[in-house]
Amino acid sequence: MQAAIVVFPGTWSDGDCVFALERLGVTARRVWHRETDIGDADLVVLPGGFSYGDYLRCGAIARFSPVMQAVRAHADAGGLVIGICNGFQILCEAGMLPGILMRNASLQFRCQPTHLVPAEHRSPFTAGIEPGRVLQVPISHGEGNYFADTATLEMLEAEQRVAFRYCDADGRVAAEANPNGSVANIAGVLNERRNVLGMMPHPERASAALLGGEDGNAIWASALARVEAARAA
Amino acid sequence: MPVDAATLERIALSRDEYERLVGMLDREPNELELGMAAALWSEHCGYKHTRPLFRHFPTTGPRVLTEAGAENAGAIDLGDGWCAVFKMESHNHPSAIEPYEGAATGVGGILRDIFAMGMRPVALLDSLRFGPLDDARNRHLFSGVVAGIGGYGNCVGVPTVGGEVQFDPAYGGNPLVNAMCLGVGRVEHLLSASARGPGNPLVLVGADTGRDGIHGATFASVELDEASEERRPAVQVGNPFMEKLLLEACVELAEQHGEWIEGLQDLGAAGLTSSSVEAAARAGTGIDIDVSRVPRREAGMTPDEVMLSESQERMLVIPKREHLDDVLALFRRWELHADVVGEVTDDGYATIRDGDNIAGRIPIGVLTDPPQYELETERPPDLDARQAEDLAALPDCEDPTGDLLALLGSQNIASRRWIYRQYDHEVLTGTVVPPGGDAALIWLKGTDRALAVATDCNGRLVELEPRTGAACAVAEAARNVVAVGATPVAVTDCLNFGNPERPYIAYQIEQSILGLADACRTFGTPVVSGNASLYNETPAGAVLPTPTVGMLGVLDDVERRLTPAIGVGDEVLLLGAPLAQPAGALAGSEYLASRHGRVAGAPAIDLDFEARVQRLVLDANERGLLTAAHDLADGGLAVALAECCLAGDTGLDAGAADIGDRLDGALFGEAQSRFVVAVRDPAARAALEALAAETGVEVVALGTAGGDRLRLGPVDASVGALREAYEGGLPRALGAG
Repeated sequence: MQAAIVVFPGTWSDGDCVFALERLGVTARRVWHRETDIGDADLVVLPGGFSYGDYLRCGAIARFSPVMQAVRAHADAGGLVIGICNGFQILCEAGMLPGILMRNASLQFRCQPTHLVPAEHRSPFTAGIEPGRVLQVPISHGEGNYFADTATLEMLEAEQRVAFRYCDADGRVAAEANPNGSVANIAGVLNERRNVLGMMPHPERASAALLGGEDGNAIWASALARVEAARAA
Repeated sequence: MPVDAATLERIALSRDEYERLVGMLDREPNELELGMAAALWSEHCGYKHTRPLFRHFPTTGPRVLTEAGAENAGAIDLGDGWCAVFKMESHNHPSAIEPYEGAATGVGGILRDIFAMGMRPVALLDSLRFGPLDDARNRHLFSGVVAGIGGYGNCVGVPTVGGEVQFDPAYGGNPLVNAMCLGVGRVEHLLSASARGPGNPLVLVGADTGRDGIHGATFASVELDEASEERRPAVQVGNPFMEKLLLEACVELAEQHGEWIEGLQDLGAAGLTSSSVEAAARAGTGIDIDVSRVPRREAGMTPDEVMLSESQERMLVIPKREHLDDVLALFRRWELHADVVGEVTDDGYATIRDGDNIAGRIPIGVLTDPPQYELETERPPDLDARQAEDLAALPDCEDPTGDLLALLGSQNIASRRWIYRQYDHEVLTGTVVPPGGDAALIWLKGTDRALAVATDCNGRLVELEPRTGAACAVAEAARNVVAVGATPVAVTDCLNFGNPERPYIAYQIEQSILGLADACRTFGTPVVSGNASLYNETPAGAVLPTPTVGMLGVLDDVERRLTPAIGVGDEVLLLGAPLAQPAGALAGSEYLASRHGRVAGAPAIDLDFEARVQRLVLDANERGLLTAAHDLADGGLAVALAECCLAGDTGLDAGAADIGDRLDGALFGEAQSRFVVAVRDPAARAALEALAAETGVEVVALGTAGGDRLRLGPVDASVGALREAYEGGLPRALGAG
């Protein structure tokens, strides 16, 4: 699999995404935000960070970067896109995913482990994860409080487009397990076609036992299997 | 230019120092020249009172790659072509006035010191001191500083992995904010901060220059008083987004195009003045700067404002002439301003132009030759009496379990989670041992090695006996590093004291430096970088003498790392001292201060023995005997064991341990040179005991981990109660959830 890791000014999870993907045998290439060609990547990653210093609003400036046209074209053609943390914020600002990310309910930055449970099993990012499996994946953000209006939420639930919810270690989706106040404990959402995922937790950090766990690899591996299957077909 | 007293006071230059400058120049300086000289001769830049004492420090060793003080930070050889650079620096005065920006720009400044050397910053630590949190202003300073550290470090994408925070009334009006940074890279990518090669251009990169921070170096060299609030314009404002771009551009330059440049230097205190003059001094050259070519943030700035501005996120690059265009293109690709503002000369002068006019011209040698003062020292007369206080005359503790829970929940010991969960401590996917343990452990990717980093200083011990207390700071920092399995290799320090012109303070400074030197020599850990921050005083008095130590350790096999987490079934042992301790072991302890309201007793350390105990832990770990380790420090044995239980989420039954007849000394005494360790089985225990016997270190079996209670002699508490006390401490003190 080939992955394109988009680097905006202020992105800082690019190296971690390269690290995690290369450990899974994926060829990962960084793409500077001024480039307009993402090559023949199977997966486009919008990593975490503070693109443009979060000035104006998280992700609000990055969505105008030249590379975003190529990212949108890739998604429109059915290619896989994952936005992590700031990447999720950018996808929401770009209108590629519904909803917004507000300031954490605590009004503080939070860097801590969280538990996630997949809330659907049809997307390329979750199909390979056994139902009910709880993943321990850390968060690191000040503005990860997911919100959408009632109509949008109803649509997301009806179409099963919530990809992950925050839960406790036993998989219970409980208020105490919600680290940032996200509505309905939503940690990640999908677009209508299910090929674009945005999530606040950082699967690239849960990528080695040495770093305290490798549950994040399940998400990458699921996407990898989908790409390999499509290629074989 | 006849100079008046008000001008001299504004720039913190004495009349004698002014006369010295006139003598060296053989004329009166103009306003620009006076401002430049005053900045470089300030305590902050010129180390007028401390430099003569630095010669006591051991600064060389087989791993040391840089001459101490020669570059922005010390560099250590890690083997196989890898090296580490690290340094700690204070940002105390700005943080006292404007805590968020003061702390944020402290982080920014120390990062630039590291990537100016071509290394990638991989870890930040912060050693903090505040007045107690029951005071609203202290809460404001504390939460502002924590937010500022997080706001900057989180945005720039370098993990904040450790440090410490202590609270004491002596830091009330004058908090200490010491930021440390560790960078790593290949030895061949190390850069120098020198302006070599006359004719080479001087390129200013990054932020535009504004009026912020003018005379910041001077401000940092005087005591704080009621008027200090008016110095708010001397505090700079940080832009971590710009810093991130600078970081990436500079690391790319070092890693891929080091041959394009002669030198790279950050702009810190005294801005363009100190960066250009110091770079020229290193190379034995001169500089010629045209301030009209410096991009401004605001109109109407005078030449001395441009030269002394401390606007953040700027770097000075000295490219080779033939690679100027390459260098400019590289920075512009990172969307940074890069402008030629002058050139290197061979005349040994700092020549400052404003377009066609020469605004000032002063020999580099004058600027880099600040006056040096012999400290007039006097031992504080109350020290002997305080040390001689009979602690055995104090009533022994009557409620050991209650006292333990009170200590665990106290501001100085409680869990720091409230702080570090606001810091991104995981970005760069290298944090193997996160905050909350003895030292942070950072994986050196591409190898099996890891680097341990810790900061430490117990100002009470230093106050009671400066030489011993400072040695204890080194010992504790080294123990922290050893407790994760790493061998201590080098030290950076940040010397925080009051006004050196007062003899009692001068004594603290001199003796502390001697104590640091004693310990560093014994442990074989040279001092490779550092910083001094004096005049940490308010009208209420000076801060506790706080020579903060930053220790770097190396662990060759990251899989051999240790943490305090004991596992069910582990046998837990105390190394380094008998279990029973006299009341004298409470000297300078948290228990004595919090329970009895006194800072007294005689601190003591046997450095050779300390080194032997540390060696024993490292040897035992290399043989695979240990499953956990924890250093004994604040709160003594009982607190250390509680922390081991909390980390491992298990109880420990040491109820049968004979702790002697002085409960407070045994449970809460803070005698040095002690560790708690755990082993998995009797064979490992026997091997450890044999090893300890060879080195003459006492081993005491405490008990077996398991269950959900900590029992230690008369102490009996559930792990749940310990956790509630420990985790709830800071939120309770802050009145927040």
